[in-house]
Amino acid sequence: MGFAARHLLGIEDLSREEIEGLLESSRSFKEVLRRDIKKVPAMRGKTVVNLFYEASTRTRTSFEIAGKRLSADVINVSVSTSSVVKGESLLDTARNIEALNPDVIVVRHSSSGAPHFLARSVQCSVVNAGDGSHEHPTQALLDAFTMLEHGKKLEGLKVAIIGDVAHSRVARSNIHLLGKMGAEIRLAGPSTLMPRGVERLPVQIFSCMEDALAEADVVMMLRIQMERQGKGYFPSLREYSRFYGLTSARLALAKEDALVMHPGPMNRGIEISADVADGPRSVIMDQVTNGLAVRMAVLFLVSGGSKE
Amino acid sequence: MAMNVIIKGGRVIDPASGLDKVCDVVIDNGIIVKVGTAGKKTAGCSVIDASGKVVAPGLIDIHVHLREPGLEYKETILTGTEAAAAGGFTAVACMPNTKPINDNRAVTDYIVRKGRDEGAVRVYPIGAITKGSTGEELAEIGDMIEAGAVAISDDGKPVTSSVMMRRAMEYSRNFGITVVSHAEDMSLAEGGVMNEGALSTRLGLRGIPAIAEDIASARDILLAEYTGARLHLAHVSTAGTVRLIREAKQRGIAVTAETCPHYFTLTEAAVDGYNTNAKMNPPLRGEEDVAAIREALRDGTIDVIATDHAPHHYSEKDAEFDQAPFGIVGLETALSLTLSLVRDGVMSLSDALAALTTNPAKALGLPGGSLAVGSAADLVIIDLDAEWEVKPEKFRSKGRNTPFAGWKMKGRAAATIVDGKLVYQAEN
Repeated sequence: MGFAARHLLGIEDLSREEIEGLLESSRSFKEVLRRDIKKVPAMRGKTVVNLFYEASTRTRTSFEIAGKRLSADVINVSVSTSSVVKGESLLDTARNIEALNPDVIVVRHSSSGAPHFLARSVQCSVVNAGDGSHEHPTQALLDAFTMLEHGKKLEGLKVAIIGDVAHSRVARSNIHLLGKMGAEIRLAGPSTLMPRGVERLPVQIFSCMEDALAEADVVMMLRIQMERQGKGYFPSLREYSRFYGLTSARLALAKEDALVMHPGPMNRGIEISADVADGPRSVIMDQVTNGLAVRMAVLFLVSGGSKE
Repeated sequence: MAMNVIIKGGRVIDPASGLDKVCDVVIDNGIIVKVGTAGKKTAGCSVIDASGKVVAPGLIDIHVHLREPGLEYKETILTGTEAAAAGGFTAVACMPNTKPINDNRAVTDYIVRKGRDEGAVRVYPIGAITKGSTGEELAEIGDMIEAGAVAISDDGKPVTSSVMMRRAMEYSRNFGITVVSHAEDMSLAEGGVMNEGALSTRLGLRGIPAIAEDIASARDILLAEYTGARLHLAHVSTAGTVRLIREAKQRGIAVTAETCPHYFTLTEAAVDGYNTNAKMNPPLRGEEDVAAIREALRDGTIDVIATDHAPHHYSEKDAEFDQAPFGIVGLETALSLTLSLVRDGVMSLSDALAALTTNPAKALGLPGGSLAVGSAADLVIIDLDAEWEVKPEKFRSKGRNTPFAGWKMKGRAAATIVDGKLVYQAEN
């Protein structure tokens, strides 16, 4: 059974079969993206609203282009231009958007669980484009897609996820996805940025980044958010970089053909050195391209599409 | 003029005296005049048949938020006390976080007067410890006590400075009042919205660690020991704080403690799915904590069951989890949830009732909580077998914010009597 749910709120709720279905469907759309004419009529007459409460270029643009390639009408509502600044609640904004009868609302919000709240309150489909520190399901799907595309098998794959796990929705969605698919997940980062109880997830935790990297097939670097500085999580960006930054010397500890991934936007020279980010093992730009295929699949499937 | 009332043939339980037998309670002019066999002459008396039911002292809830003055859209003294009466309570002590804060005589006066004029049950205001509950300057505590405040607390905005808490405790001794502590180390709890642990990590919600409560509880216990003040720890939710209280009591420190029905009934699992009606502070904890709270009720480490009744407007709870306010209503479900502790064998019926009557009265030095002859006739008649379903839309409280909606309950107040007058009677 593939993916046939009305919403995509998180990876945690998905079965292995649903994940495989989404990845399979993404492969078909990736093929579309290689054509001369990159547009298909799969969502003609349908409306997708991108409701973004947090600044985002990559994800919003990706969903927008994905919708347009599917021939959907895509409307962007972002925090700066909407009535949010007038103090309207998420619920009221969502109800107003719903009154305009969209088929899918793609939501990004700083509150964990906001898409779940929305899904309970509206009739249309809801796609989570990142909620607080909770989940970023399309990111995990595009990460898995990228790994597969580079010839990796998820079962038994050694994936090192390095950095601010506590605040990272990317980390959580990847842990759920890779865990369900049988990968071996290794986490490393300062203990101040390791969330309480993380050991109850299917992960191994390393206090030393080098140990986590040893023989890794994939190295996934998490973005360090500048606003974490001065909050006691780590003494300085310089020291953070010194112990948890990915340099070519550290990358040499991983397997020779290891992939380097980053969800973006990168802080070059902090969590990842420029030569690694631009180096031969970096698949960071592939991640961005694949995001489009994955989001086309997600929009198509939640709005009731099927391959038949 | 007040009539004589005879409550006939109930199982009369008075935990304060250890009484537990089938007999009558005779009330004259709002005062209990006899607990035993009523005489044959019932002419001019109103007779309430309590056969098959339990007759107990009216329940006392020493931790409620009535929201008036200032937040009447959430609750009023009228609606809050009607909810109390429906829950079997005959007295409530209300926290000072109204708008304005009850940190001066004028506000205390207002609450006392409103409670007397409109309240269905007795209303005892708790005054703020510090002005505006900002933790910076002592409020005019003596003034508030004169106006009718019964204790002091900066509930919800705990006193962060240890020296300020020390001064408050020292000063409280002059007035013989209890200091009620909402024990929370705010720096550890900062930004948290649920219990910290594997679930908060999974949900991506900022956690409030159990140690935030334990560290603050330890501080206040040590301060109480040092100053000789009477300390009452509000809404205890952790195994760690239970250990601290147990040890403090063994050492003879004047500390009492309360927990709330949700802390002995629910775990943090109720939050899953971002259920804002399971969001309160302190947060619902883990299974070990719930087990420790139940054990503490069993062995008497925790003396009191209070509700922390915290009504909110439905639109405030219908929001993103981290944006929704803390708190749930509790007055209309507390008795039933406590009775399930009795059925589970955690406490005897008499001990459970003690935690709702004489123990809270003692903790704050309030009158009532017993069926002593000569005391005001505040009673509850309990139907232990009544089965009912929690329907928030039927609450007397304006608040609908309960995690127990749809729960099948057993046992509830059949009637509530204040000063010999019926203030609540259950529909059949």
